[in-house]
Amino acid sequence: MARLAGRRALFAVPVLGIVTFGVFAIAAASPFDPVKAYAGTAGLSASQETLDQLRANLGADEPLVTRWWNWLAAAVRGDLGDSSALRQPVADVIGERVGWSVLLAATAFLVAVLLGGLLGVLAARRPGGWTDRAVSSLAYTLEAAPPFWLGLLVIWLFALKLGLLPAGGLTDTGSTVVTVGQVARHLVLPAAVLALSQLPWFVLYVRQGVGDALQEDPVRGARARGLAERTVLLGHALRSGMLPVLTLIGSRVPELITGALLVETVFSWPGIAAATVEAATAVDFPLLAALTVLATIAVLVGNLLADLLYGLADPRVGFDG
Amino acid sequence: MRARSIRGMGALATATALTAVASACSAPGEGDSAATATSAVVGIAYEPETLSPLLGFGKDGNSKIFDGLLTHDADLELKPALAVALPKVTDGGRTYTYELRRGVKFSDGHPFTAEDVVFTYETILDEKTNNASKGELDAVRSVEAKGDDTVVFRLKYPYAPFAERTVLPIAPEHIAGGQDANTGSFGTKPVGTGPYKLAQWSKGEQLVLEANSGYWGGAPKIKRFTMAIIRDDDVRATRLRSGDLDGAILPPNLAKAFKGSGQKTYAAESFDHRTVTLPTGNRVTGNTAVRRALDIAVDRKAMVDGILEGAGKKAYGPVPTDSEWFTEGTERAYDPKKARKILDAAGWKPGKDGIRVKDGVRASFPLWYVSGDKLRQDHALAYASDAKKIGVEAKVQAGTWEVIEPRMPKDAVLAGGGSPADPDFDQYPLLRSDLAGDGFNNMGWYDNATVDRALEAGRESGDPAERKAAYDTVQRELVKNPGYTFLTHIDHLYVVDDRFGELSTQVEPHDHGLAAGPWWNVEDWRP
Repeated sequence: MARLAGRRALFAVPVLGIVTFGVFAIAAASPFDPVKAYAGTAGLSASQETLDQLRANLGADEPLVTRWWNWLAAAVRGDLGDSSALRQPVADVIGERVGWSVLLAATAFLVAVLLGGLLGVLAARRPGGWTDRAVSSLAYTLEAAPPFWLGLLVIWLFALKLGLLPAGGLTDTGSTVVTVGQVARHLVLPAAVLALSQLPWFVLYVRQGVGDALQEDPVRGARARGLAERTVLLGHALRSGMLPVLTLIGSRVPELITGALLVETVFSWPGIAAATVEAATAVDFPLLAALTVLATIAVLVGNLLADLLYGLADPRVGFDG
Repeated sequence: MRARSIRGMGALATATALTAVASACSAPGEGDSAATATSAVVGIAYEPETLSPLLGFGKDGNSKIFDGLLTHDADLELKPALAVALPKVTDGGRTYTYELRRGVKFSDGHPFTAEDVVFTYETILDEKTNNASKGELDAVRSVEAKGDDTVVFRLKYPYAPFAERTVLPIAPEHIAGGQDANTGSFGTKPVGTGPYKLAQWSKGEQLVLEANSGYWGGAPKIKRFTMAIIRDDDVRATRLRSGDLDGAILPPNLAKAFKGSGQKTYAAESFDHRTVTLPTGNRVTGNTAVRRALDIAVDRKAMVDGILEGAGKKAYGPVPTDSEWFTEGTERAYDPKKARKILDAAGWKPGKDGIRVKDGVRASFPLWYVSGDKLRQDHALAYASDAKKIGVEAKVQAGTWEVIEPRMPKDAVLAGGGSPADPDFDQYPLLRSDLAGDGFNNMGWYDNATVDRALEAGRESGDPAERKAAYDTVQRELVKNPGYTFLTHIDHLYVVDDRFGELSTQVEPHDHGLAAGPWWNVEDWRP
């Protein structure tokens, strides 16, 4: 198990190197000008002299490879550089925001996995039954619904029509103290929307996996031995039916990140998503690179986690494969 | 693309929401007015990147957390703030001396002195400081403290509107001086002398201000002022409707839905113009007859009524028609018939497809607008359709500034701008011939010796009558030889809860910062 993790960690080094270089190259090739982006509206009335000065100060006139190498060398020493788009050190930008994004994404993910597993098992119990049909159609409908649309819909229903939950923000608008209760209340809608957007994948995978497992010999054997339906379902079918879902968990991470991006925008959630968009359009290399590294790490860890869980759930797989 | 589709879906959702609410419930948040009369929450569309004046925050004054040496009243007249009086101008307009208010403290209790003023201006002018607006202080040769209470600015040339630049907020040297001006923590944890202190800034979500009880101008009645950052127009309207916000800036079509519902709509007049650049480098747009014809062939009233839904004014130049600097008699009536005559007389004859031709040149030019800006797109399309009626073709195209900028010497652009504080701020960069092609200055490559002379006279003379005469000359020249077709001045619309009473707005510039809108003087609200 440790060997698998270690090997993956070694493998991650070149991957991160290549990915960050790719980000720098793509950003450099984009038509966006970091100086224009930095200056904003002031740039529209700035003289060429001021703009040239900015270009030199921001290091925007250096070649791509130099910029990437300088960034990498500093990053390895723990200095992530300064974000030009947000006028503060990259470490501060990430430190202020990433926690809220992780909270949102983790809550949504947990809900999606648990609820998805539950609904999937319910549906798989009687394939073609009314529960199955209801759950499956719900899953397909949700799969087609874009997260921001769901977001606006729940704001309309829960915040506007019913007045039950706040429509956005991390705390009540106007409040300066972040209390657990307030954050919890404000977390409900965005996390629910994000969870709903991930839900169909888990429902459908679990339904298929458990459904297939129910047809397999061990389950039929267990039933023949007269074990309770509950034990058969949870002890035998769910265990082998969950295996494809574990792989899914790893591969859903990127989707979760892009989904969070839209949800954060709709709900004014102060996470990392808004910063990502800003970094990209402002050609803010240091911030963009750091965020890309974070996202890449999240994906790699997601996959590693899936493989480890796979090994734990099914000892036949082992950790060396 | 995503943003556009969000907007589209949002409009749909909001429309549904609005009809549902109108029929269902009364406006929430009404009952607790006694508890909340000392606080206000407003929705704004833009978030500043930084709160550091050294990087340009609040440079046009009125930054709430900070004070400048001077500030503006409701009519945009200058009045003293950190200075005790307007500056003494000596040395033929080259030296400005400010006496500072005594006993003023920064909100951390540290006294404010002349050194802070010197520090602020010198840091901005330092070439290592990434302040994109530093060009506005080009005239400054030196700034010097004489004792604790006097600051002397020496200018490179006589510059009449200089006092307008000193509304710029003053940063405390004892805090900002020890940090990197570009990335230091002062940008997110500012300390100033202003009526409010920053209580919390949760980026991307909200900015909370708290009354500065020790404010030299008297403690504000509104103890807590929150600006919620909500980029999407529809979401902002929804949260205003749900009672979450007390006020918000809204586009005309969304503001309309709030008529008579416990909220008041304020239309802030502005110097924010929309104009078409007619570059001299293009054989069509550089032709004076074509320029003059286009100038009277555009139906400005139709644009105000149709595109702005009445929230705006017809524009004949950078100066709005109701400004004291406007030159009476330079209004141009909508007259396509006369426009055709001008073109006929100049030898532009209609070709086979209805587009005029002269000496083998087709009266056709590209007209760019920034993609995603609906207001500019509508203006551009209306302009093209009016031009078509007199046989001139404007081919409307969308692009980002990166695409548009290299084409500016030859292609027309639907541009915007406007700064109300002084006529020099707009007109000098817009029309001065030797600024052509300098960044985004003089985008039309306008070149008119009479205008150049008038612009110099306008900025150098300290005599209001002389200045007025100079800007009259500029506006009359723009009638004879328009380098731009000015279309509209647009109003900025705000919807605010009734309980704050009757509020006022200032005349606003092109870009509206945090302190624009009815809350420009929130420290003076007496609900």
